[in-house]
Amino acid sequence: MPAKATRVAFGEAILELAAKNKRIVVVNADLGKSTMTQKFAEVYPDRAFNVGVAEANLIGIGAGLALSGWIPFICTFACFVIGRFETIRLSISYSHANVKIVGTHTGLGIGEDGYSQMGMEDLTLARALPNLAIIQPADEVETKQAVAYAAEHDGPVYLRFTRQALEPVSPTGYTFQFGKGTVLREGTDVTILGTGGPLFNCLQAADRLAAEGIRAEVINISTLKPLDEELILRSGGKTGHVVTVEDHTIRGGLGGAVAELLSEARPVPLKRLGVQGFGESGDPRGLYAKHGLDPDGIARSVMKFLKI
Amino acid sequence: MATADLAHLISLAREFRVQIIRMLTHAGSGHPGGSLSAIDLLTALYFGGFLRYDPKNPWWPERDRFILSKGHCVPALYVVLGQIGYISEGELLTLRKVGSRFQGHPYPGQPGERFPGIEAATGSLGQGLSIAIGMALAVRMDGRPSRVFCMLGDGECQAGQVWEAAMSAPRIGGGRYRLDNLCAIVDRNRIQNDDFVDKTLPLDPFAAKWEAFGWHVIEVGDGHDMGAIVKGLQSALEVTERPVVLIAHTVKGKGVSFMENNPKWHGVAPKPAEGIQSIREILGVREGDWLDYLRRTPKVAAIVEELQALETK
Repeated sequence: MPAKATRVAFGEAILELAAKNKRIVVVNADLGKSTMTQKFAEVYPDRAFNVGVAEANLIGIGAGLALSGWIPFICTFACFVIGRFETIRLSISYSHANVKIVGTHTGLGIGEDGYSQMGMEDLTLARALPNLAIIQPADEVETKQAVAYAAEHDGPVYLRFTRQALEPVSPTGYTFQFGKGTVLREGTDVTILGTGGPLFNCLQAADRLAAEGIRAEVINISTLKPLDEELILRSGGKTGHVVTVEDHTIRGGLGGAVAELLSEARPVPLKRLGVQGFGESGDPRGLYAKHGLDPDGIARSVMKFLKI
Repeated sequence: MATADLAHLISLAREFRVQIIRMLTHAGSGHPGGSLSAIDLLTALYFGGFLRYDPKNPWWPERDRFILSKGHCVPALYVVLGQIGYISEGELLTLRKVGSRFQGHPYPGQPGERFPGIEAATGSLGQGLSIAIGMALAVRMDGRPSRVFCMLGDGECQAGQVWEAAMSAPRIGGGRYRLDNLCAIVDRNRIQNDDFVDKTLPLDPFAAKWEAFGWHVIEVGDGHDMGAIVKGLQSALEVTERPVVLIAHTVKGKGVSFMENNPKWHGVAPKPAEGIQSIREILGVREGDWLDYLRRTPKVAAIVEELQALETK
């Protein structure tokens, strides 16, 4: 299976789902070309809306549609939609509106457009809302199942997608389970918890670590809320070292969630890998290398963490 | 509308004002000014035959929706919902108390415990009109005859999201769904939290802004004249092809001399003695006649006793 951006897989998934589920509506804010929902708008013009460059209105219209029984997917760049945090907080979250918030263009992986377009703090903010589920699939197979799940989930969901193509990482015959992580590679020396874009690099880092005699367990945490606490505690308890890897700020995202969990339930040494400061322009690969999210960078950080 | 019906609405609004003051005095905090400026509009909307609902079936799918975007005035809405029978009078006094579903600002409750008549969470000003547009679209897509009403404050119209919504309502869907089922009502009381709207950030030309965005504008010169309100709402319902906004010129704190047109009373609840005076003024009883009135009107006397008891707490 070739590499594919999860936003592209989303665009295909929503088109397929809409044929069966007649309650699905797509609302865009002038970024339909980028959220890959233009095809949906062509095929289902009666269920597609574009509110223009007006994200707060996007959120409110989504809430109103949901509170009247429709299933709106409101789509734009992650930083633009989650940036209207307080509108989401009241109109969607506190209203218990069944809205599916789709944030694309996340992290350094968007590349040349630079920090202003990068969803970089969206997980931190989304995690604060009590009833908002968060899913970040890691490849095409998982995206299609996660989108199908989100349409059925009773309550608001935040779906986080990438601009850049992602190599497949899911095992053959994979079945997405909401709230469950997936062990992609078993190991005994260190647990690497990855989410979204950098997961393929985590697997490659595990190969490099194996060459050094380190057996890394690599887990895909695609549901960030609720977190698969049992799996993380079990794996962390087994290996004694936990590393989180995400294309997102290290403050409050996957790393933050895992830090909260481990420090209360089972203190295990933890290293958070991700973005330390702001993002910047550049080619995605180059940015991953500069910020230590490429296979070498991850492997290096793990070895340093293990004091090898 | 027949004179007798208007008289009924006027009498209802008077009772509602008493209940608003009673609730707020019990709560010890809240927003009397805007609740009193909005209550005549709400009374006409709910009991003048404009908003369609079924008291026995609050979730009737074809009901009209009402969104109180100026959520701080929710005591006025609670009182109206009490009159419909969605809630009991006693429950109204739990406003703002621990464990009560009567939150200080509208909260629709979680699925399974939804609050009839509270269609969405509001109170962060500027958000309600967008929600109302989503609902107006939704009922159109379902082919239902429902209308969606949304009440905004004029100070609230300083928020950018109001104008995102105002711009989109006449145009959304590229003409496939004409939202002539959407009616915004602006309670133009000219006072906001800190001060007068004109001293803070003036909105004029206000009606022209809505017109420029493609709305049909109806102005009600006196938003406390029940006949004028009814006439305005009647005209609003006749508008086709585009959404309509009813701009009602009101007086903040209407009905209570010391609250009227005074920014101080935006967000301060009356103390018990102030509450009792407010009720006397709302009922139009002179001070010298008050004790006699109370002897003749046990229902009001009971409320006054209740508020007097708060004084000693």
